[in-house]
Amino acid sequence: MTALVLLLRRELTLAWGRGGGPMLALAFLAAATAALPLAIGPSPARLAAVAVGAAWVSLVLATLLSLDRLFERDFEDGALELLALGPLPFEAVGAVKCAAQWIATGAPLALGSPIAAIALGAPLRAAPLIAAVALAGGLAFAFVGGAGAAVALASRRGGVLIAVIVLPLAVPPIIFGGASIWAFTAGLPWETGLALLGAYALAAVALTPFAMAAACRNALS
Amino acid sequence: MIRRLVLQSLGVQRGERILFEGLNLDLAAGEAVTLTGPNGAGKTSLLRVVAGFIAPLRGSVCFEAATGALEPGEARRADCHFLGHQDGLKAARTARDELVFWARWTGSSPAGTIAAAERLGVDRLLDLEVRQLSAGQRRRLVLARLIAAPRSLWLLDEPLSPLDGASRGLFGEIMAAHLEAGGLILAAAHDPLPMGGRELALRR
Amino acid sequence: MISALANPHRFMAFSRWAAPVLGVLAALLIAAGLALGFAAPPDYQQGETVRIMFIHVPAAWVAMIAYACLGGASFFYLVFRHALADAAAKAVAPLGAAFTLMALVTGSLWGRPMWGAWWVWDARLTSVLVLFLLFVGYIALRSAIDDEAKAGRAAAILALVGLINLPIIKFSVDWWNTLHQGESIFRAGGPTLAPVYLLPLALAGLGYIAAFGSLWLVRTRAEVWRRRAVSVALQAAVQ
Repeated sequence: MTALVLLLRRELTLAWGRGGGPMLALAFLAAATAALPLAIGPSPARLAAVAVGAAWVSLVLATLLSLDRLFERDFEDGALELLALGPLPFEAVGAVKCAAQWIATGAPLALGSPIAAIALGAPLRAAPLIAAVALAGGLAFAFVGGAGAAVALASRRGGVLIAVIVLPLAVPPIIFGGASIWAFTAGLPWETGLALLGAYALAAVALTPFAMAAACRNALS
Repeated sequence: MIRRLVLQSLGVQRGERILFEGLNLDLAAGEAVTLTGPNGAGKTSLLRVVAGFIAPLRGSVCFEAATGALEPGEARRADCHFLGHQDGLKAARTARDELVFWARWTGSSPAGTIAAAERLGVDRLLDLEVRQLSAGQRRRLVLARLIAAPRSLWLLDEPLSPLDGASRGLFGEIMAAHLEAGGLILAAAHDPLPMGGRELALRR
Repeated sequence: MISALANPHRFMAFSRWAAPVLGVLAALLIAAGLALGFAAPPDYQQGETVRIMFIHVPAAWVAMIAYACLGGASFFYLVFRHALADAAAKAVAPLGAAFTLMALVTGSLWGRPMWGAWWVWDARLTSVLVLFLLFVGYIALRSAIDDEAKAGRAAAILALVGLINLPIIKFSVDWWNTLHQGESIFRAGGPTLAPVYLLPLALAGLGYIAAFGSLWLVRTRAEVWRRRAVSVALQAAVQ
């Protein structure tokens, strides 16, 4: 247990550290959100029609682009080898890294996404659900994205390759989360989407660490 | 507690090249073996095979305790120190944070960590950020990690290269003490190590 | 049978005659299917354009079969460490991507006269688009890693993750389609199939699968040869 906590604290410190972390992801969220009215015009009716969807897409992109340092920073300075020779198996190491990513970046984004949606004209009453969906979705993206980041470890390219790999895999949570928020704003039942999203996130938490561990061992070999 | 390292008919391939085949080695507690040979002969690869990062093409790596054979994964994770070319230190963190984390990760106590830092003469440097340290100071910090957490088998890849003469002598004493306490050392080096021991030459 | 084929020499010997045979079979089946398809009466709603179905639907089937093959080859490579499985996986990915792209393009062409738009976000086309992205991701990953062995293993892990995800993706896209049903102008699942079209479609489908099999064997053979050539060149350079 203490080894888990030790690694989690380190990963959180590194994730929040200088030059990265939540501030950058939040800045990207803001920029991506602002790009929409700049692109399609500031008409409130037009923006409101797509507000929640656009905020959700911006969240997905912000999460994906934050993934590339997840394993890379330890891989490139030799820390990954040392992590392999410690008290936790690689599966646990991967899970802890993704959990730290979720806490450090996913949680702030989950708080920022309702603001982004409301800025685009979503109704205020949708804010709690948007935050909940962003939180659960962030967990799913962190773990599925972690698998993508681990698999791309030995490559020469970073963020965009990982995003290309992860995006088709992330289609189910994108659909489930988006459906939940859309249903809510349309007055339809929103519980199903959120439940499916939660189930997917938990399945990702349970299964992807094995892929991450295999990919890390491959990169070290 | 690893008491013996046995390599049998070990063959290693990197990419298309077979680096070596049929390599045998028997290392017991208190013994050190230096791997010598030109660049590209496979010294680093051999160390990485023993550490479990690379799967050998043929042959086996066995760790034995006093009571019998150990499960390799467990033996490596619990009782093996690996010192590669890279030091695994994060430039933006303080030396103290890095040393404490890695020492605790490999199972040391706080007292052991401070004693190790003092032994290597880096205790005055602990509050500096890693990027402010010189190459020799970073190497001494990493060596402090090695003695902070007692583990039997040391796999060292060119451990002395960034160090000056005084530090080399100091680390030589440390390695000798480790061997006396029943440890094992398998090291790759261009020059012979100060504490002596057998030599295993790898040729292309 | 697969273990028998895993021996590279036996595979090369097998594929030497199997590939052309499958190719001829494919040509015959596709020709028969298309001939029957064009001979069949035009559709009540779609008119003559229903014929594109015989080109589009089998391509979509093969796209999914190809990804299953990619997953299977990747599984064999990871578990049994067989180099031939890796060669087969590397060979099938661009082939699958090509069939998927064909399915997308013909799907678009089929939709244009029916729905008046160049692209529609119905369940099948969207699923095929995501499948295309999965192939692209696999190919991109393989080419981004310099070390061939590492690239093969990393891509194999990705393919397996994708294979496990695939039913969930299919389910989620179908569910998404039913959710937004009222806003679309077409029925879920596409137009229903009249029985007179079933035989030509089945023939074309079998023909496409035979063509895929033939092309996959050919591409795998080429990959095996390429690796042999590289190996020989490297050994010659050492001496």
